[in-house]
Amino acid sequence: MFNKNALNTLVVALVLCLVCSVLVSTVAVGLKPMQEKNKLLDRNKNILSAAGIYQPGEHTDKDVAGLFEQFSTRIVNLETDKFVTEQELAAANIKVSSFDQRSASKSPLLSESIKGNDPAGIQRLVKYAKVYVLEKDNQVELVVLPVRGAGLWGMMYGFLVLEGDMNTIRGLSFYEHKETPGLGAKVDTEQWKSQWPGRKAYDQDGDVTIEVVKGGKADDANEIDGLSGATLTTRGVDNLIRFWLGERGFGEFLKNLKAGRA
Amino acid sequence: MAEASSKKVLLEPIFDHNPIALQILGICSALAVTTSLDTALVMCVALTVVTAFSNFFISLIRNFIPGNIRIIVQMTIIASLVIVVDQILQAVAYEISKSLSVFVGLIITNCIVMGRAEAFAMSNPPVPSFLDGIGNGLGYSVVLVFVAIVRELLGSGSLLGFQLLQTTTEGGWYMPNGLFLLPPSAFFIIGGFIWLLRSWKTEQQEVSEYEMAPQSKAMEAH
Repeated sequence: MFNKNALNTLVVALVLCLVCSVLVSTVAVGLKPMQEKNKLLDRNKNILSAAGIYQPGEHTDKDVAGLFEQFSTRIVNLETDKFVTEQELAAANIKVSSFDQRSASKSPLLSESIKGNDPAGIQRLVKYAKVYVLEKDNQVELVVLPVRGAGLWGMMYGFLVLEGDMNTIRGLSFYEHKETPGLGAKVDTEQWKSQWPGRKAYDQDGDVTIEVVKGGKADDANEIDGLSGATLTTRGVDNLIRFWLGERGFGEFLKNLKAGRA
Repeated sequence: MAEASSKKVLLEPIFDHNPIALQILGICSALAVTTSLDTALVMCVALTVVTAFSNFFISLIRNFIPGNIRIIVQMTIIASLVIVVDQILQAVAYEISKSLSVFVGLIITNCIVMGRAEAFAMSNPPVPSFLDGIGNGLGYSVVLVFVAIVRELLGSGSLLGFQLLQTTTEGGWYMPNGLFLLPPSAFFIIGGFIWLLRSWKTEQQEVSEYEMAPQSKAMEAH
């Protein structure tokens, strides 16, 4: 009796697992292209809205691809703080079109782990970063920088857009985060993001001065008002902005770009 | 199954045997996703679908499930359905799936799904089980929608994203009450809902398990 029961249990468990796993993987694989498309669309829309080009209500999802064409995609070497050359690209075996910032930050070839001071909580720093540049008459008008940093529950991924003077902020936008809905997740709302345009990232000496603080004043060009009820999210945004604008982030690259040395 | 009893199976969980208000199950997600009405609605649909289909499939194979692994079998079916729902949401309603984030995955641990599988689907045929799942999903939805309406309206002055009460930050008169966006407010509102429900359906009031003894009185000095 015992043996028959045990066999029966095993068979049921096996069949059930098989059926369930086939179902789950079919759905996951079948829907993958749609999900990827959604992600890409969302990311591009995010860049455009951080740059103030995409206006909800005025544009729809269909306009995103067209609007996005104005930007040229470039790769920055964060060690030399300049755009990479064709030779470098070939040497590092990178293609601009297929370079993925997210997987690069996990790859041992394209990033290295941060030892010691890691204010933004990113653990690994990429060697190359994919930036988007909008140029008019050979003058850089906007530059879109990928930023990421730890929030309360997980990594926050977003884009910071700077104007041609490499100091005035055009906008900040997060396309993926795990912050608490209704509290920290407000980093994603238009109302909060509307504080960023026009703020200054650096002072005259080139030090990062922008900060996200509780009770930040609307008339102070360097202060962003944090989110109430979301202290750790606020601190996370503050840390990541200061990190990516700083020396180890895009600070030197922005100086090079401004001076035309990039 | 007679028609009257199918109707009973479907409608009873909404007010008479509400899973949240009477059985106090599934409170966790009721606190988490009710800060705005649209996420609450999607969560309701997702939970209803999962409960209905998990009940259906579990009931379908209930005679083959060995008693000693039944909980694991139920979990496997529920978990697979939740993953399917999550994948579909990511493909067709990306924005909403982003705002629900982890909570769709947490349907797996929602006590209502598990509770109905164990209490109803294991001992009833597939069709009534399916209806029972829909009914309990609706019972959950009623509470969630009620809580979400109160929270979004008082917390941000809007419903489904449309501004109904002009907030002071936008130059209006309404000062949003931030407490309603924080999890504790859902407790008060669910409590209020249960109070209202039990004043309406008095048979749901429980008999108190013990009498409060009167305070001891001070006597003369010993």
